[in-house]
Formats: sequence, C-alpha cells, structure tokens
Amino acid sequence: MTFELSHFNAALLFALCASTVFGITQRNTPRDMFRYGAYCFVLFVGGVIVAAWAMWAIKH
Amino acid sequence: MANPQNTATVARRPSKAAGASDNSMAIIAPIAGWLFPGLGHFIQRRWIRGLLLMLAVFVMFFAGLGMQGKVYSLNTGDLLDILGFVGDLGAGALYFIARTMDWGIGNIHRAVADYGTKYVVVAGLLNVIAAVDAHHIAIGKKP
Repeated sequence: MTFELSHFNAALLFALCASTVFGITQRNTPRDMFRYGAYCFVLFVGGVIVAAWAMWAIKH
Repeated sequence: MANPQNTATVARRPSKAAGASDNSMAIIAPIAGWLFPGLGHFIQRRWIRGLLLMLAVFVMFFAGLGMQGKVYSLNTGDLLDILGFVGDLGAGALYFIARTMDWGIGNIHRAVADYGTKYVVVAGLLNVIAAVDAHHIAIGKKP
C-alpha cells in the first residue's frame, strides 16, 4: 500500500485532519467548532504558503 | 405519615447511582477513546463528533503508513525516537495493529516517507486530545 502525495497536498491533508480535531475538542457548540476548525485550517495553510515564500525569498 | 428521613434516603439513592455512573464514565470514556479513535464519544452518544474524530485520526494514521512512514517501537535510543514512540502509542489499537502486522517499516529513500512518519505520530497525539475531550464530556465540563 503506497500513497503518493505532493508536499502541498500532504500539508493540506494534515491541516484538514488536525483542524477537524482542534475544532471539535477546543470549542463547545457546533457553530463555534466549525468556525474554530476553519480558522485553524486557514492558519495551517496560510503558514505553509508564508513559509514557502519566505524560503523562496531567502534563496533568491 | 412518611418518615422524612426515609424519604430523604430514597431521594438520595438515584443521584448516588448517577454519580457512580459518571465516575466510571470519566475513566472508561478516555480509555475507550484512546484504544479506538472516537469510541469515547460514541459511548456518550456524541455520534457526529466521534465519527469526525475517528475519520481524522484514521485518515492521518493510514495516510502516514501509505506514505511509507515509520512506526516507532519501544526504544531507549535517541530522545526523538523515544518521543516518536510515545506519540505513536497515542493511536491505541491502531498502533498495536500496525506493529503486529509489521506495517510502518519506513523508507529512507523517499522524502515523503518522513512526512508519513510525522503523520503517524500526529495521529497518535490527536487521538490523545480526542480522548481527553471524551473525559471532559464525561465529567460535564463540556456539553
């Protein structure tokens, strides 16, 4: 069983799973859970994009 | 005329039983949640939360294995290897199944395999968070 993912897709899958668990466990109501999960997802993915551009800037 | 003392005793009994049930659930729920992702929520009838937690942990764990990530065994070597084992152990039954089936041997020739190793560790850590959440529900700290 082998699973091929690009680095970005791996980061997206990681963000999706982690933010799902964070959202459910860190908030009390379904609405807050969804909002916090979405917030964590955006931070995860945004962090990846910012870090990628930072590394690009360092290299150039 | 009813004896007020007897009435009080009868009235107290159900709450005592309920308290004992809560206490046992506070212990059973996190253990069940650790052993099988989401089970701690299922036994408290939090079906959707349990299902989502189970999916998140399962997807991370098996995606990690699919990327040829490594599953750590009990070791006394490098500190990061010991912490990796502790993280992996958080996945409960998934970890024991993976060890029994000899999954997660790792592949140092693939960069993505290192991501897979992290996926497996994080799946275990997320499962621990979910088990603690099941405990919070059982003690009434969370609805």
